[in-house]
Amino acid sequence: MAHETAHHHESNTKRIWIVFAILSVLTIVEVVFGIIKPGFLVHTDLFSMSLLNWIFIILTLFKAYYIAWAFMHLEGEVKGLRRAIVWTGVFLIGYLLFILLTEGDYIYEVFKTNHVAWDF
Amino acid sequence: MDATVVRTGTEGKSWGGGNEPLKASYGKMMMWFFIVSDALTFSGFLAAYGFSRFKFIDSWPIADEVFNHFPFLHGVDAPMYYVALMTFILIFSSVTMVLAVDAGHQMKKGKVIFYMFLTIIGGLIFLGSQAWEWKNFITGTYGAVSTKGGNILQFVDNEGHRVALADVAQVMPTERVPHTRESGVWFEEGAALPTYSIEEIKAGFAANENILVRTQTLTEEGEKTILSRDESLAKLNTEAVGVIEGANLSQNEYGPPLFADFFFFITGFHGFHVLSGVLINIIIFFNVVIGTYERRGSYEMVEKVGLYWHFVDLVWVFVFTFFYLV
Repeated sequence: MAHETAHHHESNTKRIWIVFAILSVLTIVEVVFGIIKPGFLVHTDLFSMSLLNWIFIILTLFKAYYIAWAFMHLEGEVKGLRRAIVWTGVFLIGYLLFILLTEGDYIYEVFKTNHVAWDF
Repeated sequence: MDATVVRTGTEGKSWGGGNEPLKASYGKMMMWFFIVSDALTFSGFLAAYGFSRFKFIDSWPIADEVFNHFPFLHGVDAPMYYVALMTFILIFSSVTMVLAVDAGHQMKKGKVIFYMFLTIIGGLIFLGSQAWEWKNFITGTYGAVSTKGGNILQFVDNEGHRVALADVAQVMPTERVPHTRESGVWFEEGAALPTYSIEEIKAGFAANENILVRTQTLTEEGEKTILSRDESLAKLNTEAVGVIEGANLSQNEYGPPLFADFFFFITGFHGFHVLSGVLINIIIFFNVVIGTYERRGSYEMVEKVGLYWHFVDLVWVFVFTFFYLV
């Protein structure tokens, strides 16, 4: 099967370079924000995390999207395969993060407010 | 005789795996299986890192202060530049990889060879950078004092600039003997002695009025707390028990030991993936050179290692964010 399709592929080099430019710009933005750390972004909280960290995470997810879609060619795969890969990760990782981060925060509160001395 | 990738002899046989409901070949499917499960492994590590970080949310090290080295700029505070460079190198090697895959689709052997070669070089540069990063982390810069409670005290001058142990310590003519295998009842040896003893640090600190102690606790502004001179003296004299230089798995001069553990484990596990990626790329590279895929009539193998290589890049994007930025 690959025999036939191999010859129909068009060159995607232009798109590859565009995606590279997007990834580079996103990384540069992240690094600049990371070095400057604008005060109002650091001190504004949204859902108990600073706005700056939300920006980092959202930009990271954007980069992940471009890498997976353009470089790993998920955009060219059938819907079933794409969903099997993406939703498996999204649900399992989302659940794991929710549980572990909640638990970590709880332990922090215990150390801080209860009669457990950990800095003696 | 056609090559294995193209014809498996099961075409049209549903139970033999001959049909492809997802329109992806067996090899590609299996690579995706592996990638999804490996992604879950990495998320496990990163989520565990997040757990520990939330547990020590008000005393975690500030990454900008830990990773601030740049080659040939010794002593210059260059937060993140080097990791940013490493990120670019890895992203660029991903680009050359996808260009190799693209050239493979058009059966251009020469181009595939060229781009795969660039990819391998990029991977090797990244590995070298990571080794350098580890070396800096393990050696440490300023050193610190450990307390009874397992915390870290660092030294700063009046303006808040870090002060190295060498500038604090007052060298005293005591003789410290490392505990060797021969001298004990049982065949155990002690850890290597740090450059200065805690007594030398305490004496030097008492003598130098301009040095203050900095604790791990973060202030409202997200900076480390600097104690007053009196508080510093009290803290050092009552709590300090040991001297720490650099980092290993049980203690580090940057903060909670968990920080170093996760650094070694997560970047190490990722680096191991890069290493195996480079090795697999080299194997495929030579296969391309000797014309294996040209004869097979398909460069799908390049596509499969390409998937793995992009995945390694994808993981680094997350490691970069959660270890160095957030």
